[in-house]
Amino acid sequence: MTLRTFGFSEFGFLLSALQWTILLTVIALSGGGFIGFIIALARTSTRKAVRVAAATYIQIIQGIPVLMILFLSYYGLSLAGFQMPPLVAAGISMTIYASGYLAEIWRGSIQAVAKQQWEASESLAMTRAQQYRYVILPQALRIALPSTVGFAVQVVKNTSITSIIGFVELARAGQLINNATFQPFRVFLAVAALYFVVCYPLSQLSRLLERRLHAGSAY
Amino acid sequence: MSYTFQFGAIAQYTDEIVAGIWLTIMLSAASIVMGSLLGIILASLRSMHGRAVRLMVDAYVEIIRNTPFLVQLFIVYFGLPGVGLRVSATTAALIGMTINLAAYSTEIIRAGIEAVHKSQIEAGEALGFTSLQIYRHVIIMPAIAKVYPALCSQFVLMMLASSICSAISTKELAASAAFVESQSFRSFEVYIVVTLIYLALALALRAILALVGWSLFGRRVARTTTTSLAEVQA
Repeated sequence: MTLRTFGFSEFGFLLSALQWTILLTVIALSGGGFIGFIIALARTSTRKAVRVAAATYIQIIQGIPVLMILFLSYYGLSLAGFQMPPLVAAGISMTIYASGYLAEIWRGSIQAVAKQQWEASESLAMTRAQQYRYVILPQALRIALPSTVGFAVQVVKNTSITSIIGFVELARAGQLINNATFQPFRVFLAVAALYFVVCYPLSQLSRLLERRLHAGSAY
Repeated sequence: MSYTFQFGAIAQYTDEIVAGIWLTIMLSAASIVMGSLLGIILASLRSMHGRAVRLMVDAYVEIIRNTPFLVQLFIVYFGLPGVGLRVSATTAALIGMTINLAAYSTEIIRAGIEAVHKSQIEAGEALGFTSLQIYRHVIIMPAIAKVYPALCSQFVLMMLASSICSAISTKELAASAAFVESQSFRSFEVYIVVTLIYLALALALRAILALVGWSLFGRRVARTTTTSLAEVQA
């Protein structure tokens, strides 16, 4: 019996699996971004009940493992009678996970905008929606950008957890190739290198944005 | 939906779940202690020694922080036997968690050390502190006090991430959940219960870390508050 060795075609398989990792990341960030934005607004609402509800949501999501969100949506959806492909369960759970963390990052950014900005825009007779749209959010966006890009790195890495429910992204592809070649060290180093190639530029970008943010605030 | 929840079916597996909770706590506690000690050592080495050391520490931190924990576990558990190092699933989990957490705490503590103002060190020298005293009282303790909240968040994230170790058959809480699920076929109920246990563990860990922080840095924090108040009043 001859074993397959880890060569070009195996590396090609890893590369095609990397596309699924990236797709899942994009789904998580856009879905999680949408829900997270609403939760962040709720978290800074003037009504206490809304604030408490949003804070509870964030506390729960940040207090449970991503793996449990994954299992709960995987089994929960099938209980509710949906036969979902793993991509849907993976996409939904990654969205929920990202929403909890993005909401907290953006709450911090909204609250970091100087209080006088609220007062000044209020004295200009702006409605609360106008205050958000024209005064607060543009400034909060600048503050939020470095940590949001930094969190994107966490999302890329955490999509690897979806391999546990059988979704074939980069980490699962590595396992499949390892099962065929029995060269775990080489295969998983290659997998790690591919993740690094995606994550490192994002980490550096986050750092660059952060430096620029602080440079800007000196004026 | 015609599904009836049956949480009673899980009750007979209490022993398995308690064993899982225990291993999750032990792994988290051990990796938090070792990971933060390593973080203090690496961040200090990085700030004191030359270029080569700094490059090595930075490479370690960047490699670990930019690759998934799951893949790191695979390399430790499946990869190391290939180079002659066979470890049990529990040891692999402990190694993986410590290596991972050490990289994050190095990065966090580095930021704390860099935030210590140079004039503080000069003031320490002017007071006749030895370099060891300066390192301890002026640099490392205030640095850790400053970044302690960030460290705590990382500790909680590590405890939650320990669930991923079930993928290399470490018998911690998530693995207990998978076992009970395979025995009872009550998937949703099992994962609801285990998720609530994780939530309780996260809240408990946060409370313990707050208590530890208060006993380590409580007075320091109190003192800074009074100074800043005094500055405001002046």
